[in-house]
Amino acid sequence: MKFTKLIAAIGALTLMFAFAGNGAQAADLRVGVEGAYPPFSWKEADGTLKGFDIEIAEAVCAELKRKCVLVEQDWDGMIPALLARKFDTIIASMSITEERKKRVDFSDKYYNTPAKFVAKKGAGLKISKAGLKGKRIGLQRGTTHQCFMEKLYPEAELVLYGTQEEVFQDLAIGRIDAQFSDSIAADDGFLKTDAGKDFEFTGGDQHDEECHGPGAGMAVRKADTALRDDLNQAIKAIRANGTYQKINAKYFDYDIFGG
Amino acid sequence: MGESIIAFLDAWSPLDIVLIAQNFDRFLWGALVTLQLTVISLVVGGLMSIPLAIIRSGNNPFLNAPVWAFTYLFRGTPLLVQTYLIYYGLGQFEWIRQTVVWDPILSQAWWCALIAFSLNTAAYTTELLRGAIETTHKGEVEAAKACGLGKWMRLRRIILPSAFRRALPAYSNEVIFMLHGSVVASTITIQDLLGVGRWLNGRYYLAYEGFITAAVMYLIIVLLVSRGFRLWESHWLKHLYPRDAVAVEPKKGAASIRI
Repeated sequence: MKFTKLIAAIGALTLMFAFAGNGAQAADLRVGVEGAYPPFSWKEADGTLKGFDIEIAEAVCAELKRKCVLVEQDWDGMIPALLARKFDTIIASMSITEERKKRVDFSDKYYNTPAKFVAKKGAGLKISKAGLKGKRIGLQRGTTHQCFMEKLYPEAELVLYGTQEEVFQDLAIGRIDAQFSDSIAADDGFLKTDAGKDFEFTGGDQHDEECHGPGAGMAVRKADTALRDDLNQAIKAIRANGTYQKINAKYFDYDIFGG
Repeated sequence: MGESIIAFLDAWSPLDIVLIAQNFDRFLWGALVTLQLTVISLVVGGLMSIPLAIIRSGNNPFLNAPVWAFTYLFRGTPLLVQTYLIYYGLGQFEWIRQTVVWDPILSQAWWCALIAFSLNTAAYTTELLRGAIETTHKGEVEAAKACGLGKWMRLRRIILPSAFRRALPAYSNEVIFMLHGSVVASTITIQDLLGVGRWLNGRYYLAYEGFITAAVMYLIIVLLVSRGFRLWESHWLKHLYPRDAVAVEPKKGAASIRI
């Protein structure tokens, strides 16, 4: 008898959790974000998410009149989590690339900034096959920058990290010779901070069309064409009504939307 | 023929087998790094644990307390935290980066992992061995005393050999735990078996191909390790096995039932 009750209780609990798991209603837009990529997304001490990506996500949701549910996800599991329906779109500075397009669909770009190397001031690092040979170049695993380095400079020794913040940490204490990332992320996340004061950009803008693509877009599952079209409309709308520019001005001193 | 097989696998396999096959050499190198880290840390940790276990099973409070603190610290905190503290934590201190141990050792991820793993396994093995030493049959010790063996001779000839034998089955668990624990290395940029799996996932934006390949290789290694220990046990613990089916010695605890 007691056993039956116990089983009934467990069953009820399971059902509760099952419903709690599906708590997001159809109208909610579940957005996958990273939270470890300042100034695009980072986490405050109290756990709230902040940054350009986060505000753009909120603006897009407002435009679509849907409630935003931000879902944090580690970078290297981002696309798998989208495909596993943990969220409906990724707004996390994800570059639109051919390789990624094999698995997901993208909205139009919502910003485009160049990639750059960062090294110690006066290190004299030459960005060439000979100059990078055997140099330890740190970067975030699973990014377009990994694609770029492996395609153009396989002579360099790649050091792969889970987050961009860890790359900066190891660059600051000299475990790697240079790092390669988005220029804005490097500028605001590192160069403008105290830890980055002895470092500088080296070698100018780097771009490889196949690896880097046209810029950062919002990823959706391939079947979700309606959502993709909605997102495109929303990006156009916030560009047109000044919301984008307002958010942009909070973080950057020039328009990062690109040409 | 070969091409049609590849085309068939490409179209029908749920896993991107072609990609795994193309990068299989990297997985083998990764397995080598995993084995290297595991074996060296087990040897170093094992050697450390012998004197520490002798101290722990003795009754000198001045020696016992620090060893207890060491084993409590390393068994009471996760291996990931220990590794992070050694890799990212120590690097934050300017004075540590000035010391001679920084450049060849602490600046290298491989050494940081080795130090963390060695200390961790030393702590577990110490307590394991202490248990075996303390449960040495009193009669054996008394017999050794009666034969006039001194304290160190008793330890060397009677207690330790017996303790090693009895600790062996439990130690095989520690070896497998350490093997699995070594995946922590991949979080501090080391390209171990899991690191290669994550590299593959990151490079081609995959969900599980890298993980599954790594998992299968871990399974194979574990199979070999447990087989190896089975052989070792059948050699070292032969005297504890029943001689034949008729003359089965009663197990501990079973005796009381017979009487």
